[in-house]
Amino acid sequence: MSQIPLPKPYQDTEPYWQAAKEHRFVLQKCGDCGQHQFYPRGVCSHCLSSNLEWEEASGNATVYSYSVNYRAGHPGFAAKTPFVLAIVELAEGPRMMTNIVDCDPESVRIGMPVKICFDDVTEDVTLPMFKPA
Amino acid sequence: MDLNNLYRKVAIAGVAESDIGRVPHKSKFQLSAEASKKALDEAGLTKDDVDGVFTTIITEGGEFSSMLMAEYMGIKPRYTDSTSIGGSSFVAYVEHAAMAIATGLCNVALICHGSTNISDRGGKAGPVSGKETVFGPAQFEEPYGVSTVGSYALAAQRHMHEYGTTSEQLAEIAVATRKWASLNPLARMRDPITIEDVLNSRMIASPLHLLDCCLVTDAGGAVVLTSMERARDLKKRPVSVLGTGEAHTHRMISQMPDLTETAAKISGRLAFERAGVSHADIDVAEIYDSFTITVLLTLESLGFCKKGEGGAFVENQRTAPGGDFPMNTQGGALSYTHPGMFGIFTVIEAVRQLRGECGPRQVGGAEVALANGTGGVLSSTGTIILGRE
Repeated sequence: MSQIPLPKPYQDTEPYWQAAKEHRFVLQKCGDCGQHQFYPRGVCSHCLSSNLEWEEASGNATVYSYSVNYRAGHPGFAAKTPFVLAIVELAEGPRMMTNIVDCDPESVRIGMPVKICFDDVTEDVTLPMFKPA
Repeated sequence: MDLNNLYRKVAIAGVAESDIGRVPHKSKFQLSAEASKKALDEAGLTKDDVDGVFTTIITEGGEFSSMLMAEYMGIKPRYTDSTSIGGSSFVAYVEHAAMAIATGLCNVALICHGSTNISDRGGKAGPVSGKETVFGPAQFEEPYGVSTVGSYALAAQRHMHEYGTTSEQLAEIAVATRKWASLNPLARMRDPITIEDVLNSRMIASPLHLLDCCLVTDAGGAVVLTSMERARDLKKRPVSVLGTGEAHTHRMISQMPDLTETAAKISGRLAFERAGVSHADIDVAEIYDSFTITVLLTLESLGFCKKGEGGAFVENQRTAPGGDFPMNTQGGALSYTHPGMFGIFTVIEAVRQLRGECGPRQVGGAEVALANGTGGVLSSTGTIILGRE
């Protein structure tokens, strides 16, 4: 069975993936303008400050949009169809892409409250995902 | 900056497509070069006249695209542009080329494109290969199974949620576009379809069905621009560049500021302002249709209707032959051809409509045309407004 494409951590993203591996969900907050951002970057996308801090996030979010995918765009997902591709809005503000899991794919709705969970894809990689709250 | 030397002073002098559809015996480089030759021939120019080259190739072996294609055709340009913002690049190049010509940085600009998107896949639509790791920001999307259709589906779902848009309304676009394709002998899919056919076609990524999605084909295209002064002495009736705009708002769909509004809101406003024309002046519109939702969002973002009213706007086959908003008259990416990046074909058809060359699909009295390219995942747009000289 084909493997899904796995993140290759780099300077900006290493702490995020390390935390995920420990089943912690962390977000960057700017030490200068105070705003959160997602995805992790080397600078704040709101003010370009390099003064960024990692913060434990609530893990609470709502579904901003979703699509039940019946066809895999990458062979690694063939065995997972139908799966729910989603963008969630985190309680802290930023949006992120994820999958909504642990539910009937057809039951997902926009605005639905969801909660963080973790999928240990390999020994080295854990993906944060969301399930109905 | 003074744009008075730019708009209405630069012309499109030649356009052409290569062999299109399934062309497994020709490389993407050959398709691009053959389209270029045809567009230059049509204008009465040769490759030795070309001093500006504009192209991008985003598939295997296409790196340093403008150098690669210029070398392939034996051209040594003094103006070069490989701006890579997806399928809209080739519409944005019209703005770049017009600027270069207006300022005298080049005299004859060649925009070209070639892609063997279906042959690369062994003739079957689907992934080329599955990569194992993801570097860069895409690692926050690809491990979740994102795809092009999945990305556009997220926008469609959100639009339905906010405005009550229906699958039937999206299907209106696919049905109308197919009617245009039936009038174009070069179009790949020419058999009429109904709204029910669209709704009954396989769900790919909800709410988008198979027939909401563009084709996957091989194709090349080319556009030649020069000064209006020079174009008047060439073989074809010149088509004037009246106004242009370009913009991008994000790279990845999860970063799109508003899933229901594209950068066409910016590029369209700029193009209309610079052209000094209004929406009512547009006789024919060529709107990049990677998916039905792309068209609906673009019509709203360009201001042809209010935000949220795109569904009602396209009802009753308004964009079909005989409707009061002729759109995607060659059959679009949905039914004519789509080699991965479609932008250049919106320009080619707009030019042909303004020259009155379109035979059974000709929009009567077309004097002003709009073409809009969309690239990435609703990420970038290029809008151009063209007019009969």
